[in-house]
Amino acid sequence: METMSYLEAGRAALSDEMSADPDVWALGEDLGRGGVFGQYRGLAEEFGPERIMDTPISEACIMGAAVGAAMMGTRPVVEMRFSDFALCAIDELVNQAAKARYMFGGQTRVPLVVREPMGMWRSSAAQHSQSLEAWYAHIPGLVVTAPATPEDNYRLLRAAIRADDPVVHLEHKDLWPVEGALERTVTPPGAEEFGRARIARQGGDLSIITWSAMLYRCLEAAEALAAEGIQAEIIDLRTLWPWDKATVLESTARTGRCLIVHEAVAVGGFGGEIAATVQEKVFSSLKGPVRRLGAPRVPISYAPPLEDMVRVGTEQIITTAREMMHAK
Amino acid sequence: MNDDTETPRRHGGNGIGPERLLHHYRVMLLIRAFEETAIRAQKNGQVPGPIHPSIGQEAVASGICGNLRRDDVLLSTHRGHGHTIAKGADPAVMLRELLGREGGNSNGKGGSMHIADFSVGMLGANGVVGANIVIAAGAANAIRLKGDERIVVCIFGDGAVNRGPFLEGLNWARIYDLPVLFVCEDNSYSSTTVTANMTGGPGPGARAGALGLPVTELDGNDVESLDRATRDIAATIRSGGGPHFMHVHTYRLAGHTAADPATYRDRAEVEARWRREPIARCAARLIEEGVNETTLAAIRRETETAMAEMYEKALAAPPPPQRRAFEDVQDIGDPRQEAF
Repeated sequence: METMSYLEAGRAALSDEMSADPDVWALGEDLGRGGVFGQYRGLAEEFGPERIMDTPISEACIMGAAVGAAMMGTRPVVEMRFSDFALCAIDELVNQAAKARYMFGGQTRVPLVVREPMGMWRSSAAQHSQSLEAWYAHIPGLVVTAPATPEDNYRLLRAAIRADDPVVHLEHKDLWPVEGALERTVTPPGAEEFGRARIARQGGDLSIITWSAMLYRCLEAAEALAAEGIQAEIIDLRTLWPWDKATVLESTARTGRCLIVHEAVAVGGFGGEIAATVQEKVFSSLKGPVRRLGAPRVPISYAPPLEDMVRVGTEQIITTAREMMHAK
Repeated sequence: MNDDTETPRRHGGNGIGPERLLHHYRVMLLIRAFEETAIRAQKNGQVPGPIHPSIGQEAVASGICGNLRRDDVLLSTHRGHGHTIAKGADPAVMLRELLGREGGNSNGKGGSMHIADFSVGMLGANGVVGANIVIAAGAANAIRLKGDERIVVCIFGDGAVNRGPFLEGLNWARIYDLPVLFVCEDNSYSSTTVTANMTGGPGPGARAGALGLPVTELDGNDVESLDRATRDIAATIRSGGGPHFMHVHTYRLAGHTAADPATYRDRAEVEARWRREPIARCAARLIEEGVNETTLAAIRRETETAMAEMYEKALAAPPPPQRRAFEDVQDIGDPRQEAF
């Protein structure tokens, strides 16, 4: 085991895969100088400019080229710099990468990974802060990962590179410096990484389902709730498609209360999908309505007090959990 | 044609010889027969979705694809039957695909707009105009990474030059010196709109030239000059010469789709263009080369007979079993396991 940051874990995952397989390469803006956050630091020196490829600011071509290169048998890792910029390449991702295998009747696979740094971070405002994971979960053909810990960033990114499906790998910018223990494995983590949630905290009173950076607010809230005698179980989904229905349904059936917490806009968010599934499958075990917390349907502001208005906070989670406990 | 607005390299009129011409004659006739059969099948209610015929554009397909190796890579458009046949795909299999039958290229899951045959390096027609340009660039990146000597050919229409991927993909191929031949197959129409009315500046070749690509402009209905030019250009690209741009002028004799009567253009315009269509021109050149009309008539009959057989067999093929709807979506999160 070694300790590294979430950012370093992503770099280690890519480095380990590139060392093991000459068909793995990465492309994106500024990668030759380490990438905009330093996630690629040192990799161009180690693997050369053809495998850590600096590109023009051409998101459609970055993504489209990766589709072509993936269909030709390589395993490209696409860096989108900010998840918001992937919208400049959405035809290439949604109409091309996600569809090629199906519409060509299985003649090809598109084994690419799209790394998308997501979420609110340092007053980056409306075009550099979004959480759009629900859109990707909606698209047949895509796999969607949203790691919250360094270990999961390492394991899920390696598994994503090994997968033959296109994977959208959402790394939360606010988590870059978060440190944690992980084991750098010789054998890459495989398909079993997907659709497997992690119970981050055990509890018997209510189940809180979350992912990505919001995990840490849920854990804070759980500590405060424990002081009041409320034991929250925190489930970190890790991946949104596929998502671990079994763990969520088992937990919610046991506690009888389900709260979903995500940073993304609540309307049309992935929390709605979870809420619908929970009430369809374990309705008779529920002690009250399934609740969800997400951002209001408002773009993200620049000024910190305004930015805070759309951020789901620890206090909001605590209050909602209390309401759920005290409902009849 | 925007002849006066570009500064292309023009190719002279040296012949390619009767054997090569005969090859193109056969391929072009096969493409024509395939599309006429597909249109007839659609009128008979046997083609469930749209088809975009390339009638009148067969020389582009044969002249260019006839100079590719089987393992060279081709990316095509929604109007891609001709390119696909010329690259070596089996029209019998393609016809089953258009009819939505089991045993089609994609077992009826793609249809005409997504026709593809990876076994002959045809990596797909594309339903999104210009989307294949950036995919082609990346296919060439993969060839470079693997150290192969293959080349990529990307054919798109004149409408595609007004989409962003045209700029991004051509620039990309230039800066990395990738082995790609871009072909703007200019049939004058973007769907039902005259492309010239929607295109600023001097046109496709000038745009490609501004991005640093060498540009060749050709008569896209003259299979002989297409063949000769492509042979030289493909060899240059294969030997590391970097990307190249061809602007070829042809004309879409049919409507945008087989169901489009194309009433937005003058009948006189279309009649004039029929007089310059590539197959009759190729036949005239063959006669000049000493091939007799009896030989040509025999080839036409053979083609029609073969096509009629393919049509009959395609109609006899079963529809795909329903389970195919759930196959080849993805390995992870497979809908067969994840459905409610």
